[in-house]
Amino acid sequence: MNVAGVLTTKKELSSRNELTEPLLVRWLLIAAALVFLGLFLLVPLAAVFSQALEKGFEAYLAALKEPDALAAIRLTLITAAISVPLNLIFGVVSAWSIAKFDFPGRSFLITLIDLPFSVSPVISGLIYVLLFGLQGWLGPWLQAHDIKIIFAVPGIILATIFVTFPFVARELIPLMESQGKDEEEAARVLGASGLQTFWRVTLPNIRWGILYGVILCNARAMGEFGAVSVVSGHVRGSTNTIPLHVEILYNEYNYVAAFAVASLLGMLAIVTLVAKSFVEWRIRTVKGEE
Amino acid sequence: MKTLIGKALLVAALATSIPLTAFAQVNLLNVSYDPTRELYQDFNSAFAKQWKKQAREDVTIKQSHGGSGKQARAVIDGLDADVVTLALAYDIDEIHDRAKLIPQAWQKRLPHNSSPYTSTIVFLVRKGNPKKIKDWSDLVKPGVSVITPNPKTSGGARWNYLAAWGYALKQKGGNEAQAKEFVRKLFKNVPVLDSGARGSTTTFVQRGLGDVLLAWENEAFLAVNELGKDKFEIVVPSVSILAEPPVTVIDKVVDRKGTRKVAEAYLKYLYTPEGQEIAARHYYRPRDKKVAAKYGKIFPKVKLLTIDQQFGGWRKAQKVHFADGGIFDQIYAK
Repeated sequence: MNVAGVLTTKKELSSRNELTEPLLVRWLLIAAALVFLGLFLLVPLAAVFSQALEKGFEAYLAALKEPDALAAIRLTLITAAISVPLNLIFGVVSAWSIAKFDFPGRSFLITLIDLPFSVSPVISGLIYVLLFGLQGWLGPWLQAHDIKIIFAVPGIILATIFVTFPFVARELIPLMESQGKDEEEAARVLGASGLQTFWRVTLPNIRWGILYGVILCNARAMGEFGAVSVVSGHVRGSTNTIPLHVEILYNEYNYVAAFAVASLLGMLAIVTLVAKSFVEWRIRTVKGEE
Repeated sequence: MKTLIGKALLVAALATSIPLTAFAQVNLLNVSYDPTRELYQDFNSAFAKQWKKQAREDVTIKQSHGGSGKQARAVIDGLDADVVTLALAYDIDEIHDRAKLIPQAWQKRLPHNSSPYTSTIVFLVRKGNPKKIKDWSDLVKPGVSVITPNPKTSGGARWNYLAAWGYALKQKGGNEAQAKEFVRKLFKNVPVLDSGARGSTTTFVQRGLGDVLLAWENEAFLAVNELGKDKFEIVVPSVSILAEPPVTVIDKVVDRKGTRKVAEAYLKYLYTPEGQEIAARHYYRPRDKKVAAKYGKIFPKVKLLTIDQQFGGWRKAQKVHFADGGIFDQIYAK
């Protein structure tokens, strides 16, 4: 009896130890993560805003209202407004076909979708210079027909589309695969057409996933530097996006304006994060309801 | 829905009709190298005023800046430059060689080798000159950190390199082998090669790297004036190089766009007393004797080597020193 009692207390003790020690470790880990985040994310973000407002709010606004800055903002918005919807359509179509159908070359298609993630953005930009540049394959023909792609808005949009290509598809493929095709098959059996099945069954199931992909896609489309830098030509007031404009201002010793414009991207990041966590929360509650 | 479409069409119609009612308007694109940003900002507005008086036409000049070699590459790849104003003749030669956008003898078309202003290479050091850097020979001493951009992409960097080479040649008993060794030692002291002159200036000035920056004279003056006379000093070496940044219209582009007249007037305006004044105010050495005399006090007298006499012209210098497998590749790889 006595022996058994000792045993139980020992067991209790050891189990308590098991609880307390990891707790300490856990706190340490959390603290380390927070310190790391603070140092590498929050401090730089705060620095951007404090630099931007160094000469007061007037100077901050003036930097944003300057014609070249406005042109850069406009170009960035146009680029995102074109590339994000296109990648949305592409992403849904490819995720749909990959998740719901079996066909030869399916895994090859998945690899292809991932390609932009594995290629350096500079190379992505150079691809377009090689294709559409004056010395490139299509260059002379394009010039003869007075079509400008590279060093103009179309080139910037193309490069952005390439870089942001995988975001929506990558988000949807695992989601649609985990959902399986039971519901779609049921709909078909009950007499729904392909389009009806898509609109009424598939789309409602993946809408939050789509939104999540679109948010990430948009953030990258607006913030892309490397690929766009290669194809832009850096003509101020016409082919500079926000990130390129920031670099130019910085190189002109115009630090307040550079950080003022950079703060727009900072705000975009914050909005993206908030929207992203909202969507994540929605996805969880939707799953919980089910 | 219908009214919405109607409204949209109306807006579209209005938007497209605006350019028709605007004044006669020409656009020029000047593709330039890094340190000329401030110069052309001023010059462009002066020329726009002049052109309005002269031709009753509104001209908007857009600018693109970057490392000189990189900018030439962009023009070769189809960036629609009406004029290029680059750091050295070889980059413009490339535009002829690789894309045939200009005639081979482009440099004969304007006075002074088509270079309306000149510059040279000087040293920018931290206030008080803590490492006691006085001349090129101080740059190869151990423990001296030198900032210069990459000669492969930057025009300024190639002038830097050649100025150092020229200095070594001019020393007592100097020869090619010694010059090569000297430049090799110098580049051993370079911790980072930026792609353009402006990038290097930012590295030195803003990031605080290095003891001495090899810079365009105008870039050095700008850094001192913009960022504080209390932080930096300019050191003028005993020998430097006469840098001639040339300009030209891009014939194929201006003929296609129909902008030849205004593009040529733009470049010629650089040679007028007003244009020369603007250049001098931005610390480029003017060609015009009168303007040069007026601003003579600013520019220190230096013994200047020329690319033609010392190196047999840019084509040769490029081939020997900066082409793939050239001397720069040999000394920098080791």
